[in-house]
Amino acid sequence: MTEPPPAPRLRILHALPAGPLMALPAVLALLLFVALPFATAVALSFTDLRMGSPLATEFVGAQQYQRAFEDDSFRRALANNLWFAAVVVPLQTLLALGLALALNRSFRGRAAFRTLFFLPVVFPMALIAVVWQLIYAPGPNGILNALLATVSFGAIEPLDVLRHPQLALPALMLLSIWQGVGFQMVVLLAGLQAIPASLYEAAAVDRAGKVSQLFHVTLPQLRNPLVFTMLVTTILSFRVYDQVAIATRGGPLDATTTVMFETVRTVFDRQQVGLASAMSVVFFLMVLAVTLVQRALVRQEREID
Amino acid sequence: MKHRAARLLFFSALTAVAAVYIAPVAFMLVGSFKPDARVLSEAGSWRAFFPAEASLQNYRDVFARVDFTRYLLNSLWITGAITVGGLVVNSLAGYAFARLRWRGRDRLLLLVILLMILPYEAIAVPLFYQVSLLGWRDTYLVQILPFIANAFSIYLFYSFFLGLPRDLEDAARVDGAGALRTFVEIVVPNSKPVFATVTIVTFLFFWGFFLWPQLVTSGDRVRPLPVAIATFQTLPPLRWGDILAFGVMMVAPVVAVFLLFQRWFVRGIAATGSKE
Repeated sequence: MTEPPPAPRLRILHALPAGPLMALPAVLALLLFVALPFATAVALSFTDLRMGSPLATEFVGAQQYQRAFEDDSFRRALANNLWFAAVVVPLQTLLALGLALALNRSFRGRAAFRTLFFLPVVFPMALIAVVWQLIYAPGPNGILNALLATVSFGAIEPLDVLRHPQLALPALMLLSIWQGVGFQMVVLLAGLQAIPASLYEAAAVDRAGKVSQLFHVTLPQLRNPLVFTMLVTTILSFRVYDQVAIATRGGPLDATTTVMFETVRTVFDRQQVGLASAMSVVFFLMVLAVTLVQRALVRQEREID
Repeated sequence: MKHRAARLLFFSALTAVAAVYIAPVAFMLVGSFKPDARVLSEAGSWRAFFPAEASLQNYRDVFARVDFTRYLLNSLWITGAITVGGLVVNSLAGYAFARLRWRGRDRLLLLVILLMILPYEAIAVPLFYQVSLLGWRDTYLVQILPFIANAFSIYLFYSFFLGLPRDLEDAARVDGAGALRTFVEIVVPNSKPVFATVTIVTFLFFWGFFLWPQLVTSGDRVRPLPVAIATFQTLPPLRWGDILAFGVMMVAPVVAVFLLFQRWFVRGIAATGSKE
């Protein structure tokens, strides 16, 4: 009557189900290399740990956060990141939207234009930061200076934009937009192509003009890709580092410093692990805040549907 | 008539924008073939784009001045290892989350989704501290190992596998195939788009990876291309022709692959945007 018990070997196989086994390598590595380091950053941010210091590390409460926010360079970095996002996100989104709308029309050579505008996306930022230093080269021979002189009939004197207190950050914004716009354009183009033609037909029946169609059909339908790409661009604006480290080193006088640049400087040049950890946590909270706003916006829309 | 004029206007405007847009790339390419002294002296004139003379001298200079081949191989090895290793472990995890039932699955999936928010910059400091303590700076391993498992890649695989029809897998399972065999023989061959997307996104990101390699490499031995071009730029004497030649060689392989597989690139990048 009773079934024979399963052979011992089979029982071992049953004890090791496929699910956890297949997920194990990735999950373990994520815990070890992402979750654990971040937990460490949070813990270290409450200490005065310095690399190579003979003094014992002590718990200092929220002192490192206070130090960070009292530090002029770090405050400037926070302001620069916010300013960077406030300028780059709307400009890049408008430009990408314009290009996506233009390249969504059918005409000969459209594919070539798409290729061209997407091309900078495959360029490493380090390379772009190097090449654009030539474009921004000081003196009358720099590309930008020559261009400005030509369009102003010589009225604009040659500038040294990357060493100019007011122009250095906008110069970095420009090259970042140049690289980022292709990504945003591609996502928006995919969004445009997903809009059902029937919506436009219905709008045409209602005698809606092109402009009215844009505002009442296209843009509402593009809402999610727009929210997504603006989120990504905002987060990228907070992460800005490569261009700063290569083209300006944060200068002149902290005019282009960023949160990540200050963080790296604090740990690498000043060996202050505790303070740099506090800066990392602040950086993470900025990214988290933007992500939560985006989630709320997407959820809101789902509820409307 | 009016329609045609509008079309012409649209086309000219687009061409003008495109010309300005591509100018930096054209400038880099043309400058890399020009005698070094002329790169900057002619940068502001039309000669920047139409050189009077061209040679490969700058390219020869790069190889004479630094070990470019070494940087290239370093970049290929590091980026390749992260990409291939990532495809294996992240797709397996994505499948386990999408299709298999096991205890703790939902909680771990939530953890993966939460970790997606965490940018690697937020963990650079503690990781750098750990690596320095252990004396692991200037190794390949420290540039590869922490980046193989990737929450975003797992999520891309997970959502793709969720959308696959179950019939084929069920048939294989009925025939007695285990989960791993079903995955390798049935699921993987039917999931080319997501593998292409993850390959492209991962490769592009790590080919341009700068912050971390800059922190952990101090010599030429394991230094990848993005850090190498930044150091090459500061290497006296300052020769812009050589720097541009370095840049062209650094980006040419990626551009070539991009032009060959353009459709996949565009689809892959767009896919990362529609998975929200």
